[in-house]
Parts: sequence; C-alpha cells; structure tokens
Amino acid sequence: MNNIGKTNSYSPLGAGGNNIKKTNIDSPSGLGGKGGLFLFKTAFKSLIGNGLKTWLNVSVLSVSFVLIILLQGVLKGWSEQAVEDTVRWEIADGQYWQEGYDPYDPFSLDSSAVAIPARLQGDVNSQNLEPVLISQASIYPGGRMMGVLLRGIRPDQKLLKIPTELLVVNDNESEIPVILGAYMARQTGLKLNDVLTLRWRDKNGTFEAADIRVAGIFKTSVPSVDNGSLWLPLDKLQSMTLRENAAHLLIKSPEIEAKQVTGWSFKSVEDLTASTMLLVKTKSMGTSLLYVIFLLLAMLAIFDTQTLSIFRRQREIGTLVAMGMTPRQVMWHFTLEGTFNALLSFVVGAVWGTPLLWYLSNKGISFNMDASEIGVAMGDTMYASVTPGLVFGTMLFIIVITAVVSYLPARKIAKMNPTEAIRGKAI
Amino acid sequence: MNSIKNLISLPFRGQGVLFLLLFSFTMSAQNYPSGKSILDKVDRNMSSKTRIMTSKMEIQGGRSVRTLESKSWIEGEQKAYTEYLSPAREKGTKMLKLENQLWIFSPSTDRVMQISGHMLRQSVMGSDMSYEDMMSDSPLLERYKAEVTSEEMIEDRRCWVVTLTAIKENVNYHSQKIWVDQERFVPLKMDLFAKSGKLLKRTTLGNVQKMQGRWFPMEMTYKDMLKEGKGTKMTVVSIQFDGAIPAGVFNKSNLK
Repeated sequence: MNNIGKTNSYSPLGAGGNNIKKTNIDSPSGLGGKGGLFLFKTAFKSLIGNGLKTWLNVSVLSVSFVLIILLQGVLKGWSEQAVEDTVRWEIADGQYWQEGYDPYDPFSLDSSAVAIPARLQGDVNSQNLEPVLISQASIYPGGRMMGVLLRGIRPDQKLLKIPTELLVVNDNESEIPVILGAYMARQTGLKLNDVLTLRWRDKNGTFEAADIRVAGIFKTSVPSVDNGSLWLPLDKLQSMTLRENAAHLLIKSPEIEAKQVTGWSFKSVEDLTASTMLLVKTKSMGTSLLYVIFLLLAMLAIFDTQTLSIFRRQREIGTLVAMGMTPRQVMWHFTLEGTFNALLSFVVGAVWGTPLLWYLSNKGISFNMDASEIGVAMGDTMYASVTPGLVFGTMLFIIVITAVVSYLPARKIAKMNPTEAIRGKAI
Repeated sequence: MNSIKNLISLPFRGQGVLFLLLFSFTMSAQNYPSGKSILDKVDRNMSSKTRIMTSKMEIQGGRSVRTLESKSWIEGEQKAYTEYLSPAREKGTKMLKLENQLWIFSPSTDRVMQISGHMLRQSVMGSDMSYEDMMSDSPLLERYKAEVTSEEMIEDRRCWVVTLTAIKENVNYHSQKIWVDQERFVPLKMDLFAKSGKLLKRTTLGNVQKMQGRWFPMEMTYKDMLKEGKGTKMTVVSIQFDGAIPAGVFNKSNLK
C-alpha cells in the first residue's frame, strides 16, 4: 500500500479504504451506477495527483484548444465579413450576367455588351435592377499609360455602397466625373479633383479621348470594385462607346425575384461568393496543419504520461483487480484519467482564452496590409466570429481525440495478470 | 445715335472684306490638287505587291533604349511574316499574319500563340505601335475622304497638308492630317486624331531615298502623344519591292 501511495497519492487505493468499501457496497456488478461516479472521482483525483506533469499536459492542450477556436473564429469572421462586404459593395442580391460576359476575360467585354432585355427593363426603371456597363480604356496619369476598366453605373443607384452620387454631372463641367477606390488611387497617384486624359474605343473600334476628373475616392475592402476600375455615369459611358441602353450585368435588389431571361444567366449570392468561400476553405485546411501539430504535441504528452503511468502503477492496478474491480473497469479508470486532461484544458483555456477571444471578436486584429493586392475581399481589421457551435464542436473533437489517445495504452491493463501486476512484473 | 449708325453700317462695310476673304480662299482652294490625286501618288510610292525588308526598331523606355532588328516578308495587305534577328532575348521570335489573324512564335516557350480580336490592340514588344497599327495597311482612300487644306514647310520641304476624315465606322482614327512632300509624294508627318479632335498619335517620316524607281522614307518615328517618351523609331536597313516570295514563307509550319 505504501508503494502505491507513493506512486500516486490520489489513486483509488491511495485515497484510503473508504473508496474500496464504496466500490464493494455500491457496485455489486462492478462499477456501474454510483460506481461510475466513483470512477470519475478517483480518475480525477489521480490526474490531479500527477502534479506538474498533468498541468504541463493541460497547458499544451489548452493552447491547442484556444488556438483552434481562435484561428477558426478568425477565418469564419473573415468569410462572413468578405461575403457581407461583397454583397454591400458589388453584388447586392445577385446579378444577371449576359451569357458571353466573363469577368476574367476583358476581351469578352465587346461582344457581351448588349441591350437590356425588355423583360427586365421595368425592374431597371424601378431601380430594382442596376445595370453596369464595362469597357476597356487607357488613362495617362503622370504621362504613363495604364489600362483600366471603365464601369458605368447610374449615379442615383441605391443597391450598392459605392458613393455614386458623386458622379452627378454638372451642366457647366467639361470633364467626365469618375470615382475610384483608394487602392487604385494609390496605384495611379491620383487625388481628388485631378484631371487627366482618358482614351477608349467606341463599339466600332474607333479611338476617342477626353478629360476626366476625379470626383471621389472611396475606401472598400472588395478589390474587384477597386482594383483597376474607374466608375462613371452609365449614360455617359453608353454614349461614349455608342452602346445605347447596353449593359454587361444587372445587379438585383432583394425586393424582386430572379427570372429566367434568354441570353442572360442569373448568379446568386452563393454563386458569386463561391470563390471567396473556396479560398476560406483552402485557408482553413492550411491552418488545420497547425492544429494537427499542436494537437499532436499534446496527444504525445498524454500518451507518454498514460504509458508511463500504467507501467509505474502496475501494483495499484493488480491490487484493484484483486479487490474486485474487473481489468476492464481499471482500463476505463485510466482512460477517464487521460480524458480529464481535455476537460481541465477547457477550464484553463477558458481562463486565458476568453479575454483574448473577446478582444478579437470586438476589437479585431489588423494585418496592416491591403487586400486589393492579393485580390480577396478583406477588411483592414479582421474580427473573430466565435459561436457556441465552434466552441462545443472543438471541445467534442478534443475530448474524442484525448479519449482515444488515453485508451490506447490502457488496453494493456485488460491483458494483465493481477498477481504479476501486484509483483510489478506484468509489463 | 453714333453707335446705332455704326451698328447699321458695320455689316455693309464688312461685306467688302468678307467678299475679298471668300474670293481669295476659293481661289487658293482651287489651286490645290485634289486629295485623291495626292493619295494615289502616295500609294504608288508607299505600296507594293511584295516587300522584303530588314529594319531596326528603337523603343524608347523610361531609362533605356531597346533595339530590335527584324526581317519581314510582306505580300499585299493579307500576308506578312516577320522574324526577329536581335537582341538575343527576342531572337527567333516569329510573327505570321494571314488576313486578320496573327500568330506569334516565342522560342523561350517554344509555343505558337494566336493573337486575334482585341489582343491586336496591344502594343508590339512594348513599342508605341499596336499589332493593329502594324497590320492596318489598306489604302487610305478606302477608309477616308481626303481634302487638301493648306501648304506647309517641313524641314525645307514644301508639303500639301491633307486632312482625312473617316467614311467608314470601323476605323481606328476618326481623322488624320498628313503632310505630303509636294515633289516626292511621300508623307513626312502624320497626325492621328480621336473623334473629339484630340491628337492621339504622331508619325514622322524622314531620310527619304529613291529606291527602285520610287521615293521611300527610311526612318519612321511613332509617338503616342498622350504619354511621355520619345516614341518608337523604325529604321529601314534594306528593302526590296515586288520581289518574289516563296509561298512557304506564309505558312504556319514556318513559325517553329
């Protein structure tokens, strides 16, 4: 008994005869019923009795636990923010695309600029559909030539957050007003009210040139609205390119339902944000490697502790079996003991992780980079989105993994000869 | 009262001046040859059935000048084949134009790439010329109506100033102004304008030499007037007009 007590003062035997007595009284058929509670208690006490070793394991596991939630939360927050910003700045409730239109192929622009279909004209008039016409052009900031995409939109549109009201043309103004994103302004070196030359071609391919004035610079986290684009009044662009009432795409308001229109295909918000979601999924899979490394470290520590514990506590195991516990019950005892590492890590993780997650959810984290450079919708500040589902899902995942890792070395107990175990020679 | 008198009498006094101005303008306009006749003579100098030419293209960059040397075989408006001879980086690059399609072979990638549609509007090797500019060689009279508007001196040569206005919709430049040497009937300067009247490109031609019975400019400088820089200078090293070109030259298999 002394030996056992030295090995682990909180082992079922080390706790004194009362526990053994309870086992015998409360659990005639092994350790079911109240005996289950006994197993929990003794396993927990054994774990605490391990001292520093336990707290080291728990600390590493708590880092993994908080890190998984944190990274998943940030990625979830980013994807939610990206979709929300894309909806507000670019797609509203979906878009109709002319069949030949391909946003990744500027050479498709000429052939896919067609007249707005009569079936949708009513919705366009009632501003439930916002037409956008796109055309290639060149600008000459500081004497350099730069290719740009001209995007024509009605100045009085209400569907997108783009400040198109700045595009209202004054009668006495000779320059064409344009607005552009902050990233584009930085790339071109343009400032508010700068005047520069724009060169484009009409639908017949004839060159035309005119002066444009920067009427506004807006900040957006959606690069496709900003990067390489100049926004100008739709009717102006239509007359510049000799494409009366033409558009490449029509942005839909949530007020109306999508219809089938020949020559046009409707793209839902899910369709239009699929690439962002795919990117988040890819990133999420990439960060999973980090979780695996952290979890592997924690699990390795738990596995080692379990293996060592079973080796060093052979006499205790043998005595427990000799006193009436089945080897299976002892095995579950050790499995539970290992699994409690996970539960303790949740408590420890909650202590230091909650303020951190609260901060990231409310104050966010700034990566000090411009998302337009990498072509994805990303705000200056990213906020973590931590949901109960994410927390409980991660907890369940860690519990299962820890239980499996704790169970694997404990399987040896079932094969132990109690007498050999008492002699300390079972393994 | 005096001012009222002046107002009434001004138009009557101005009539004489206006008449003289109109008379002199009409007389001088009558002395100008027709734009068509000038362009006909220009085409006789500048156009040929076939042309085999070695040329150097100097592309002025921000800090340096790149020089490309190439040899071209050209047959009418539809067929052209160009092979770059230097520098080493571009050596072996070949371009074949058949009608309105263009193929480029790049030795570094060992691939033939077809350029058509809007890609033809891109710059050739970073120069001020687009593939379309290079390939657009249909006679000016087919696309523009020509009118001689004045006479001007360019580097001691007396020139007719001919204004060309598009008669077709699908032209690159709505109007052009060309200065044609009155004696040699070679354009010495060409300004290309947008519909708004904004000057977009300027081509200056020089070193006019008598070659195989015709006058031909051996130096041409293309300049995009909207951007800074000195433009792209093309120098003809050697040229042969109406020589025989084997049919195999204009074959895609000749690219690799």
